[in-house]
Amino acid sequence: MKLTRRDMLALGLGGIAAAALPYQALAASADDWTAKFTGGAAMADAGVTLTAPEIAENGNTVPISFEAPGAASVMLLADGNPEAGVATFNFGPSAGSRMASVRIRLSKTQNVIAIAKMEDGSFAKASATVKVTIGGCGG
Amino acid sequence: MISRREFLQASVAASALWGASGIGNWSRLAAQQVLTQDKLLEFDSFGNVTLIHVTDIHAQIVPIWFREPEINLGVGEAYGQPPHVTGADFIKMFNLQKGSPEAYALTYDDYVALAGTYGKMGGMDRIATVVKAIRAARPDSILLDGGDTWHGSYTSYKTNAQDMVNLFNALGTDAMTSHWEWTFGTARVKEIVETQLKFPFLGANIFDAEWDEPAFEPYKIFERGGVRVAVIGQAFPYMPIANPKWMFPEYSFGIREERMQEVVDEVRGQGVDLVVCLSHNGFDVDKKMAGRVQGIDVILTGHTHDALPEPVLVGNTIMIASGSHGKFVSRVDLDVRDGRMMGFRHKLIPIFSDVITPDPDMAGLVEAERAPFKAEIEEVVGKTESLLYRRGNFNGTWDDLICNALLSERDAEIALSPGVRWGTTKLPGEDITREDIHTVTSMTYGQVYRTEMTGETLHTVMEDVADNLFNTDPYYQQGGDMVRVGGMGYTIDVSKPIGERITGMTLLKTGEPIDPARSYVVAGWASVNEGTEGPQIWDLVESHIRKIGTVRLQPNTSVVIKGA
Repeated sequence: MKLTRRDMLALGLGGIAAAALPYQALAASADDWTAKFTGGAAMADAGVTLTAPEIAENGNTVPISFEAPGAASVMLLADGNPEAGVATFNFGPSAGSRMASVRIRLSKTQNVIAIAKMEDGSFAKASATVKVTIGGCGG
Repeated sequence: MISRREFLQASVAASALWGASGIGNWSRLAAQQVLTQDKLLEFDSFGNVTLIHVTDIHAQIVPIWFREPEINLGVGEAYGQPPHVTGADFIKMFNLQKGSPEAYALTYDDYVALAGTYGKMGGMDRIATVVKAIRAARPDSILLDGGDTWHGSYTSYKTNAQDMVNLFNALGTDAMTSHWEWTFGTARVKEIVETQLKFPFLGANIFDAEWDEPAFEPYKIFERGGVRVAVIGQAFPYMPIANPKWMFPEYSFGIREERMQEVVDEVRGQGVDLVVCLSHNGFDVDKKMAGRVQGIDVILTGHTHDALPEPVLVGNTIMIASGSHGKFVSRVDLDVRDGRMMGFRHKLIPIFSDVITPDPDMAGLVEAERAPFKAEIEEVVGKTESLLYRRGNFNGTWDDLICNALLSERDAEIALSPGVRWGTTKLPGEDITREDIHTVTSMTYGQVYRTEMTGETLHTVMEDVADNLFNTDPYYQQGGDMVRVGGMGYTIDVSKPIGERITGMTLLKTGEPIDPARSYVVAGWASVNEGTEGPQIWDLVESHIRKIGTVRLQPNTSVVIKGA
């Protein structure tokens, strides 16, 4: 799916647009999505802050947020889901802060990854392991 | 000018030399073989602020036996570090003397003999005496309760925690945080917090589950002795995972490190002189947090039931671990000047119940709370010839007894019992009362389930729980011990990652390896799932003990530990 200018306007009054990544006939891996998004470019460790729980309270709805000052778009991936792609957020020039919060479903313990494409064309990446547990016996 | 860090270190060294720290004082006590209330309370007041910390009392309002763990393994950076040090190693690390009062209070070594010498510990009336004595010396002291207060006894269960709420109000508590409190359900928690509690119920990390916004009072600023002290509450992070989330579905928890930093920055922005975190994170989680969140002066840590005679320093933050079940009260005197902590003096005060005179007011209140239940709690159910204890990473003898009860009363092949860290100790030769059974089983979701699990599922469960305990990143540790197992043996390599720790699962009855594909009849309790049906665990254990009359347990060799 490619966002048209009209979609951008409809979604992007605050300068932000989000698109759920299209489901592909053959599930794409996190590496596939990353390669497509960055074209193989190097990614800096700093520049995007990803906030995720260490252990999910409910794997069906895990709150994830990111902040990436200066980002033009941010791709979210979940590398252990059957389909690793989650969403790409596009920020227009009028976007105040380049941040978003979403809830995503995680099928098992895995890494959630945020890759930011900056306005200058460079990339930055952050990753967090989210454990999906079957429940324990906290003392 | 001396740096802040140098000040802290100087203060530790100096207090040890002068005998004002727990260590110095205790060593002298041991040398003199004298145990008096005055000696236990002796403290040269220091600085201008005093914190009093109690935590994880688990509703134990009368003196109890509590044997500290024999096995308390640390992994990764925590290996061999306090509190993951036990027995003779602990005695050596903290320069204690074998057989001394402090060795009895802090280690498992020779527990039965030393219990006979030094007596039971704890009791709300003794704690009240200590609190009043500290307040007499320092009227502006701040009394902070780390939580796990309302749960853990017959009377707290029967009164929906009312006994504990009444007693902690009477004690003059200044603030608390929470964990098992939530297992009384949202409605009861709110009723207590909004209409009964005379002090704040703090939790900077308690969020509204729907909107992911702060839902409880995060901190309280106290003005004491000319100093402004911010106390930030940190509730148990893994509430909805380790305990039944259907009981408090409105709330989300989590470590929320960035939130803690935000709140610290907020109170610093208000110009407070001292920042204290009243935490129920567990020791290793707090230690990691102390190294990553900037600006906390003191962490009063709880949850993992560790008692340490000295503070642990992480950067400029001091961590205080005050034990559990009412065995200890920590006093921390601080020198706070110009918005900075310049030094501290600390003492972990052991509550020897035969030495400390009960406070008559509190003794009367405790008596009044227990009176309506006197006949029920004192009823003798059986007798034990074995030492009954729970605390430790793997099965304690109480757990073996509970698992035996599950296997026989529910006709199961395998029993699972939760690896909680609460529960008191019984000495050989003692009667077992109904109250004793409740101190190791009381909870609001004690139903015993009977179900079938495949060998593969059992392995997944074991691996999952083991990872909650032995993940090398403390932020992934939930702070319980390993699930207790009856009817099945296994080998655990604590140095391995999840999926590779548990091997050699064996059905003890036949000696055969557990077949991943076969179904086994499993009985267990404390399920976090809503709608679990079955008898209450305490009734089942009582029934079992009545049948056997006298408890005689064989040493449990069914768990083989590697990689430690």
